[in-house]
Amino acid sequence: MPMSNAAHPTPFHPKWYRRRVSVWWWLESWRYAKFVLRELTSLAVAFFAGLALWKIRAIAAGPEAYARFLERMQSPLFLLLNGVAFLFVLYHAITWFNLAPKAMTIRVRGARVPDWAIQAGNYLAWLVVSAVAVWVLRRG
Amino acid sequence: MADTVTLAVTRYRPEQDAEPTVQTYEVPYRKDWVVLDALNYIKDRVDGTLSYRWSCRMGVCGSCGMMVNGEAKLTCATFLSHYKREPIRVEPLSYFPIIRDLVVDITDFLTKLKKVKPWIVREKEKPLAEGPSTLRPGSGQALLGTGEYRQTPEQLELYKQFSMCINCMLCYAACPVYGLEPSFLGPAVLALAQRYNHDSRDQAATERLERCSEHDGIWQCTFVGECSKVCPKNVDPAGAIQQYKLAGAVHWFQSLLLPWGTK
Repeated sequence: MPMSNAAHPTPFHPKWYRRRVSVWWWLESWRYAKFVLRELTSLAVAFFAGLALWKIRAIAAGPEAYARFLERMQSPLFLLLNGVAFLFVLYHAITWFNLAPKAMTIRVRGARVPDWAIQAGNYLAWLVVSAVAVWVLRRG
Repeated sequence: MADTVTLAVTRYRPEQDAEPTVQTYEVPYRKDWVVLDALNYIKDRVDGTLSYRWSCRMGVCGSCGMMVNGEAKLTCATFLSHYKREPIRVEPLSYFPIIRDLVVDITDFLTKLKKVKPWIVREKEKPLAEGPSTLRPGSGQALLGTGEYRQTPEQLELYKQFSMCINCMLCYAACPVYGLEPSFLGPAVLALAQRYNHDSRDQAATERLERCSEHDGIWQCTFVGECSKVCPKNVDPAGAIQQYKLAGAVHWFQSLLLPWGTK
């Protein structure tokens, strides 16, 4: 008998049922929604990167252009966009640091460094880098 | 406390149903009953036509995995008392084709498992006649390839966690990537590849890395992380895959900088 794609039930050839995955699978559970939210935070990261490039271009174009840039940044639209993007980036950073121990297995004298220590190290590094950045900005 | 509990169970009889339906059953409520006990009660006393897989009923065999209230669970380790709201939904494992009722087809998993060679691969086996291995003095490191392949507790520790996998496939049912991209090798297969990569007796890590770096391998994983949450044995497949990605990236950089040093 030739092979046929049309599945039909026989004792040795059961008819399978395959469920289609809904486009809205990530709304079925809060855990999946959180994951998709985490993935979407990359848009906020890209937004800030674009903003930084725009700022550099404005600085390169001279003081008037930079003043115009700063003025535009103070518009309610950009304040709102920046606020939302900042929250997303914060979510991005926190989930990133919390997941870091999964990818990093550090062993000291044969024993695995506990997850909390790796997380603490990451947060500490974040604080130090942030403090250095603030110090550099304040000085200038 | 109610003395009965209602289960909403997926039924699919390929000879008569075009698609799965839901049938509700009322079973006695016992504090020490798990979902599997309730299913066994149905099978024995209520409806003998209900089909499902189970064997050890003690979390070792990995055959009674099902979706309970939408979550991938070993039904032998999921107590009825855990669920406050009725009915308790019992469905076959997500993303696998359903053969009948709660029974799914696992061929896909078994085919993929073989692709990563989940066994110890040696370039050359040493004859037993050469006698037991000896420990390198002072280092505690076994000299491999001298008949017997001994391991220190430290070497065992490196892969032990991944070796706890019981192939229950709950991680597949929790992985939306597998649902959307059925070609994905999947959490358990990649964790089991790591189990052998980290084994001091194995010599096929490079070969496995090449296989697992293909389009259907580690880079398909988007780190949803649910596989590790549903794993009844704390294998942490999500961690295994992220570590594998790191190893893959390091290997790629090495082969870029030192093309002669990675073979």
